[in-house]
Amino acid sequence: MQKSDHLLFLENIRKTYGKKVVLEDIDLAVSKGEFCTVVGPSGCGKSTLLRLIIGQESPASGKIRMEGKALSRPSPERGIVYQRYALFPHLRVVENIMIGKLLPLPFWKGFSAKKAAREEAMKYLEDINLSEHADKYPHQLSGGMQQRVAIAQALITKPKILLMDEPFGALDPGTREAMQVLILQLREAHNMTVFFVTHDLEEAVFLGSRLLVVSQYYSEEKEAGKSLGKGSRIVSDYPLNTASLKVKETAEFAQFIQQIRHEGFDSEHLQHVTQFNLDHPDSFQILTDNQTASLIQKVP
Amino acid sequence: MKKNKTGFFGLHADPSVKVRIIFAILPFLILMLIYLIASDIRHKSNPRDKLLPTVSEIGKALKKSAFTEDRRTGEYLMWKDTFSSLKRIVAGVLLSASLGFLMGLNMGLLRGVRSLSLPFVIFIANIPPLAVLPILFIAFGVGEMGKIMLIFMGTFPLITRDIYLAVKKIPREMIVKALTLGASHPGVAYRIICPQVLPRLIDTVRLSLGSAWLFLIASEAIAADSGLGYRIFLVRRYLSMDVIILYVAWITLLAFIADFGLRKWVALRYPWYNPGR
Repeated sequence: MQKSDHLLFLENIRKTYGKKVVLEDIDLAVSKGEFCTVVGPSGCGKSTLLRLIIGQESPASGKIRMEGKALSRPSPERGIVYQRYALFPHLRVVENIMIGKLLPLPFWKGFSAKKAAREEAMKYLEDINLSEHADKYPHQLSGGMQQRVAIAQALITKPKILLMDEPFGALDPGTREAMQVLILQLREAHNMTVFFVTHDLEEAVFLGSRLLVVSQYYSEEKEAGKSLGKGSRIVSDYPLNTASLKVKETAEFAQFIQQIRHEGFDSEHLQHVTQFNLDHPDSFQILTDNQTASLIQKVP
Repeated sequence: MKKNKTGFFGLHADPSVKVRIIFAILPFLILMLIYLIASDIRHKSNPRDKLLPTVSEIGKALKKSAFTEDRRTGEYLMWKDTFSSLKRIVAGVLLSASLGFLMGLNMGLLRGVRSLSLPFVIFIANIPPLAVLPILFIAFGVGEMGKIMLIFMGTFPLITRDIYLAVKKIPREMIVKALTLGASHPGVAYRIICPQVLPRLIDTVRLSLGSAWLFLIASEAIAADSGLGYRIFLVRRYLSMDVIILYVAWITLLAFIADFGLRKWVALRYPWYNPGR
């Protein structure tokens, strides 16, 4: 694989917490401009993967590269939007957005930069339709409004990749759909690369240009279906092309969702490591010698 | 007609505003009434009773302490005492609050600092401050410093541990988010976490003022030449309950004003702050 072409590159990533292996062997290459959505059953380690990419934690083995360079601790080149604790409670809405411009400066320079930062923040507020709430505190806003502000807050630093950890999970369906449309608009306007973790399959298929399924339901034995694998792997990797909201109503959409559910979420259905549907052109998989041997055996 | 089981003190009681005001004043009225009756009874049998002074006797003590110059020193005793005491308590509490805040903040945020200092802070918190009062007087003298250090010893561990717990509760996500928005490591502590925990500090200081007054009065009782506690324990020997009751009421009023003031300040200046302790 050409490492330098990709924005984000993970090779042979393994993550353990004590004795428990959470991520077994993650191989992932993300190109610039991709909207990756990541799904998987609970406990599969999607959030762990996110924490590794943002730099909060280090893998037990394997390497992560961002634009060819080793990953640092959390920094402005990777933005993040969380599901909860989204905003700073002691700052007003506009100050929450401004702070991305003020924090990198030493605090004595912050005073002169405030005016320009506020103007830029107001522009983002207009984009998300919240200008009249600029001087309110976060606790005075609804959940959907807070998440909108959180997204603007992350975008103002113009990060190379935007990470989102189930950002719409706590919202009601109507608000969630509005936020999905919003994030697609913002992504197009700012040409963002996004890494979006969610437990909502429909949302993942609708939003993404690339769907990754992370799951611990696979097997490594020679005969498929014998035992559960140890940590999670990427079991499916599909390129997607879903244009409008109407696609959610089509039969193919529903069928595809069912297929994903079967591949990644069904503890009864354990595919062998060599049988994963890794259809995306960027996807790759590094197999051990045993696994490669069994692959050769299967090819007629 | 069915008997209404919901009395004034039942589980479903919901007294109206008028009733609430009356109930609030009631205990004070009863106390004053009992006192005045008891004082009256004692004065009927002994006009020169000193144990339960009448209201006019307390009034005379007030006039003498606050509005008449002392024959020996030429000062207004009550104001001088108040000023001396306030000087000590404010100095002690400010010292406690600033050092306690710095320590608690760093302990809550940085695991390394925490492992170094937490056991030690807990140890200090368990030392009864009054028991080390003689040590403090020996080390810092019987002047202002000794008293300030006693107040410090009494309030610093509590403030430190409270701030430490508050900072520890701040979710890791917020810290990661601050880093992704460009904060440096000190920036996270002093530009993001510090403003959030400041109202909590003021609240904790407010709640520790009770202890602060206690240690102030105790240290003044033992070794001082001015101050509210000093005066109370001085006139104790002459059974001057008129002065004592006056001073106690005055201290209570000061403490109440401080408590009320700090509460209002937090509510006005930090409208987003939600205690939820």
